[in-house]
Amino acid sequence: MTPDASATLGDPPLEIHDLTVAYRDKPVLWGVDLAVPAGKLIGIVGPNGAGKSTLIKACMGLLPCASGWVRAFGKPMPESLGRVGYVPQRESVDWDFPVSVMDVVLMGRYGRIGLFRRPTDEDRRIARECLERVQMLPFADRQISNLSGGQQQRVFLARALAQESDLYFMDEPFTGVDAATEASIIALLQELRSRGKTLLVVHHDLPTARNYFDWLLLLNMRVVAFGPTEQVFTPDLLQKTYGGRLTLLSEVAEAVRARAQ
Amino acid sequence: MTLVPEFQYQRVFIEPWTTELGSHGLMALVTFLVGATCGLIGNFLILRRMALMGDAISHSVLPGIATAFLLTGSRGIGAMALGAVGAAFTTHLLIEIISRHSRIKPDAAIGIAFSTLFAAGVVLIAVFADRVDLDQDCVLNGELPMIPLEPSVRIGGLVLGPPPLVRLGCLWVGTVFLLLAFYKELLLSSFDPGLAACLGIPVGRVHHGLMLWLAMAVVASFEAVGAILVIALLILPGATASLLTEKMVPRLVWSLVHAALSAIAGMHLSVALDCSPAGASVVAGAGWFACAWVFSPVGGLIPAWWRRRRASSGGGGTVTGGD
Repeated sequence: MTPDASATLGDPPLEIHDLTVAYRDKPVLWGVDLAVPAGKLIGIVGPNGAGKSTLIKACMGLLPCASGWVRAFGKPMPESLGRVGYVPQRESVDWDFPVSVMDVVLMGRYGRIGLFRRPTDEDRRIARECLERVQMLPFADRQISNLSGGQQQRVFLARALAQESDLYFMDEPFTGVDAATEASIIALLQELRSRGKTLLVVHHDLPTARNYFDWLLLLNMRVVAFGPTEQVFTPDLLQKTYGGRLTLLSEVAEAVRARAQ
Repeated sequence: MTLVPEFQYQRVFIEPWTTELGSHGLMALVTFLVGATCGLIGNFLILRRMALMGDAISHSVLPGIATAFLLTGSRGIGAMALGAVGAAFTTHLLIEIISRHSRIKPDAAIGIAFSTLFAAGVVLIAVFADRVDLDQDCVLNGELPMIPLEPSVRIGGLVLGPPPLVRLGCLWVGTVFLLLAFYKELLLSSFDPGLAACLGIPVGRVHHGLMLWLAMAVVASFEAVGAILVIALLILPGATASLLTEKMVPRLVWSLVHAALSAIAGMHLSVALDCSPAGASVVAGAGWFACAWVFSPVGGLIPAWWRRRRASSGGGGTVTGGD
């Protein structure tokens, strides 16, 4: 598809209206309203417990919403799931599971393979290509239990690439990876963005957030701010997002200092 | 009967395969089919950290049978099986409801649901003792030795064997078929339910389906090995296989091998000790599990110890394993 095909059609890749999510009686997200533009690499930042992962899961329908709706590409989310890719938190799965790297990447194709069918040669070719792009092809036959944290994260990324989606949700893809891997992952995300994909990435390192993302969503149960990084990454708004948390305030100060340089 | 060793050898190791094939051999085949069916399902229970579901579902068989008997007054296999599967599935739903709509975690919910239903079964049988003529021992321990005595099922001129054997055979074929058909869905919803849901796989329905199939397998198995030993046959094959390989398909195959070796070793053991063949094959199965634990080339105790020793003695030896 052409880079901004969905934008020209006027349907934003993701539209959230008045989304409220509660665990039991405790609300974790309040009245979230967003219209996400196409072809942007968007960071979701906020303190622990701000509802970052919850927002992603609620968008994909993995959590029940108390109110509100989510649309992707102009259709209710369930109808658009075929165009949505997902990278869950690395710790959310059991890495002792008896499957190989190739098996995991092929899982990204399952949505397209259909019932009663097995992955075709074409699926395998795509999976190998995706592994190549994250420099994990030499590990294709390795059991996932023998991977390092950074390698696990790259396998998850390859699996998301294999989904061939237009909108991606990624939950902390940089946790537990070394600096080199982080750099190669961000380069890959930027390449996807330049091909017109929209990516929403939960991130919790403020200092790097400014450099990595085009747009930022500052979240603390409610949307504090959502916009281009240079407009949103301000001391005021960051204070408002992380407000009152001493340990985090120093982090904010540091991030703002970094910005000033 | 004399005590000459040659005669014993003949009786324990030869006769079950020759003159006694129709009884001992048949019992071993039934045990294998139970282990093969339950073992395949058990692999997925283990991967989903739901091994205790087997426990729960097998215990709910008793109240299911009692209720079916009270409602229909029949002890026919159809009513019994329907009652048992119904109760087993009720247990599963009860566990889901408790763990989803209260603070109780799933493991505690399992403990609550199945013990309650089991107790209800005991109470039901006690209260209606005059009307319910159910042998609780049979429900708990099975009646494998009775199976060879049942008249065979015949289709046309074809003699298929006693009804339980035919039922278990069909169930095993059905299990293999379902596994082949829904392998992707089962695998992904066990590994990463989040992505599975995102890809449009009905994770909930896959889960309910697996539980329903588990219920049917347990119910078909308990008349042979009883509601207690079936738990072992659900978990042992998959657990043993998980010690022998890190790959999924070999794991499923190994669990079938484990079921076969347990059935055969159990047959010889039961002849030698003159004990219950079902019990003997579970003991044999546990023996194979212990062997795998100690000797498995993939992280077995002895190979791992040997590798560590070679690594620590250092020098020119290449380091295998690890990363």
